[in-house]
Amino acid sequence: MTTRLNPSLIVLTVLVYIFLMGPLIIVLGASVSDTSYLTFPPQGFTLHWFERIFEMGAFRRTIITSLQIAFLATGLALLIGIPAAYALNRYRIQLPSWLSTLFVLPILVPEVVLGFSLLRSVAVEYQTPIFATLLVGHTLIVLPYCVRVISASLASFDFSIEEAAISLGSRPLKTFFTIVLPNVRSGVIAAFILAFITSINDVSVSLFLTGPGVSTLPIQILAHVEQFFDPVIASVSVLLMLLTVAVMAVVERTLGLTFLAK
Amino acid sequence: MLKRLAGWGLSTPATLLVVIFLVLPVAATIIATFLEPKGLFAPYQAFFASGFRRSVLWRTLEISLVTTFVSVLIGFLTAYVVSRTPGRLKSLLIIAAVFPLLTGVVVRSFAWLIILGKNGILNNFLISIGVTDEPFSMLYTQWSVIIAMVYLFVPLMILTLVGVLENIPDDLIQASASLGATPAATFRQVIFPLAVPGIIVGAVLVFTGSFTSYATPQLLGGESQMVMGTLMYQRAMVAFDWVGASTIAAIMVVVTVVVVLLMTRVARRLNPMAT
Repeated sequence: MTTRLNPSLIVLTVLVYIFLMGPLIIVLGASVSDTSYLTFPPQGFTLHWFERIFEMGAFRRTIITSLQIAFLATGLALLIGIPAAYALNRYRIQLPSWLSTLFVLPILVPEVVLGFSLLRSVAVEYQTPIFATLLVGHTLIVLPYCVRVISASLASFDFSIEEAAISLGSRPLKTFFTIVLPNVRSGVIAAFILAFITSINDVSVSLFLTGPGVSTLPIQILAHVEQFFDPVIASVSVLLMLLTVAVMAVVERTLGLTFLAK
Repeated sequence: MLKRLAGWGLSTPATLLVVIFLVLPVAATIIATFLEPKGLFAPYQAFFASGFRRSVLWRTLEISLVTTFVSVLIGFLTAYVVSRTPGRLKSLLIIAAVFPLLTGVVVRSFAWLIILGKNGILNNFLISIGVTDEPFSMLYTQWSVIIAMVYLFVPLMILTLVGVLENIPDDLIQASASLGATPAATFRQVIFPLAVPGIIVGAVLVFTGSFTSYATPQLLGGESQMVMGTLMYQRAMVAFDWVGASTIAAIMVVVTVVVVLLMTRVARRLNPMAT
């Protein structure tokens, strides 16, 4: 038997979900409108605005940069985050407790402050290339997801299995790749997805680190909206929403939708 | 000893990244505000002496507090319904909350630009049904920023609280009812107190997120509704006033840290499960 819900609460929930979905449906509608301005419901139907995205050099370039940065930053963060998460679990007693706090600092520090500080103390001070600084910034903001999520899966891993493999003569590195990593596969996938989507959508850190010639998609969208109010932005937004759908589909396939409920 | 070495060895790359590119630069930003030749607290005196900058700080606090309150209220009630919804419908409702959360801030703020604009959907609708002849200017007001921010944070609040509320056993609610409590009393005296720690965690996320936001106030508030994030960007990248920008950054860090520490302490004290 389940508890009965107050009807007014159900009405409120329906309204909240209309509020959550409505704006995104409006963007979808506006992206296919056959008008030179943004409107909803769409007048006519065209996919012209989607073609426009790729005709415009600035969007093409920033989409490529955003994808490069997202893949590289996520890869780097996993590369250094997985050993860190492993160490935090395997050698918990030997390591100081502040270490795990250190790895979540990038979430605790306001992103605009991080972006500005990287500009001030790294990009300007040492004249580092824009792309490299941007990559460092993105690796930092996605690192906490990698460490936290993989740590959580390692927490339920029984390390005696690893010890058994080693005592039976398996080399440590091989043991890690054949025994430990497959057991935390779902954690690695989840970390990858969270990190990738965080990097693709980031504004606050990129804001200070983009420069002449190198920019990311969200920054380009902001710049475009300041000058033009055409359906191109709506169609770019739809592309980003499609990416979200793809990501959720991957999660559903690999981890099951119950994962999202956590 | 060997274990300690192995532990440190494996966590060194990540530690170095965070220390070199986050701890040191952010510390340098904050320390720089105290090294001004004009005096130890000169940049802060300048900040608080400026009526404009003070008003930006108050506006940011106001927007963040209202956003937090509304998001907590809506998020809590919705999460309660979601947590008591059976099976398939529940996962559907959760997916419908995850989807906007995973869609970027820029996209979600832009959506409100289309809705609230002068030639926007809401104005066109109001004109077409004859409520008004002239379009309202809804954009670039405090409310447009707040609406978009609530929109941003409600999914986060729902997802944070669904987990917490699910863990409240149905038996507990039925026990309360069978002992004669009305549904409202059960809600107030059983469900709400058990959810308080989760509410505080969510509220902290929403407050710090809105206090330090940039994209949403930039798109929906513009110049007329400057907040700390947009003011900092303007000082740093338009006016090249790096000391001014650093001062704003330092104030942001202090406010965020104080709120996080204060609220985690409050959460620990209020937690009825705590022993």
